[in-house]
Amino acid sequence: MTVVYWLANVLLGGGALLTLVRLARGPSLLDRVVATDTLLIIIAAGLAVHATLARDPTLVPVLVVVSLLAFVGSVSVARYIGGMMVHSSGSGQDAGLPDAAEQRTGGTP
Amino acid sequence: MGVVADVVAATCLLLGSLLCLTAGLGLVRFPDVLTRMHAGTKPQVLGILLIMVGGAIRLQGWSATWMLLLVAVFQTLTAPISAHMVSRVAYRRRHVRRDRMVVDELGVAPRSPGEARGDEPADAAPSRGSPRAREG
Repeated sequence: MTVVYWLANVLLGGGALLTLVRLARGPSLLDRVVATDTLLIIIAAGLAVHATLARDPTLVPVLVVVSLLAFVGSVSVARYIGGMMVHSSGSGQDAGLPDAAEQRTGGTP
Repeated sequence: MGVVADVVAATCLLLGSLLCLTAGLGLVRFPDVLTRMHAGTKPQVLGILLIMVGGAIRLQGWSATWMLLLVAVFQTLTAPISAHMVSRVAYRRRHVRRDRMVVDELGVAPRSPGEARGDEPADAAPSRGSPRAREG
């Protein structure tokens, strides 16, 4: 079980580090939202792996909280970006942001 | 019996962890928001389900099992909602590589200018002569 513990932790840690790379480099706010969502899922998975291998059921309610937090976070940030959009006068599909928000979120690729 | 259950649980845990690693790899390697979401939502459903199965096998007591089942059901319910909202905003804000699309079913019928879509806070009927309205 020690081998399984270390192997699972190495896999989860590698995934979390790569997610952090995307979180730091992500050119737009939505990339960071996706990266944060994935990072919280990986954190929940790590907690579950620890709880499982240590046979420690006290960590299980934390899993519920973390998965709730991931959902609420990504949905609220997506609604926030959608609320920042300006109505376009063109085709109605693509609306830009105000200039300040465009600089803050890194602009469009 | 105990050894077999432990081996099955360990296999589920390792498969779930491997899915988390592939999610990180895909997030770094893929080119735009939609493909990154494709990679990033692999552990959101299958990875969490596998790890929850492993935990339910190994943890003792029904309360832990029911709570793990609650997490699994909650993930499968909420993952499509958040993915839908993020991808809708990504499509409208042009964080999508349109040159890589095979079919763009949302882009076939351009709306007449000024028509409200009505499903976003910014979709209220436009005020006339608003200085912030411009071409995307």
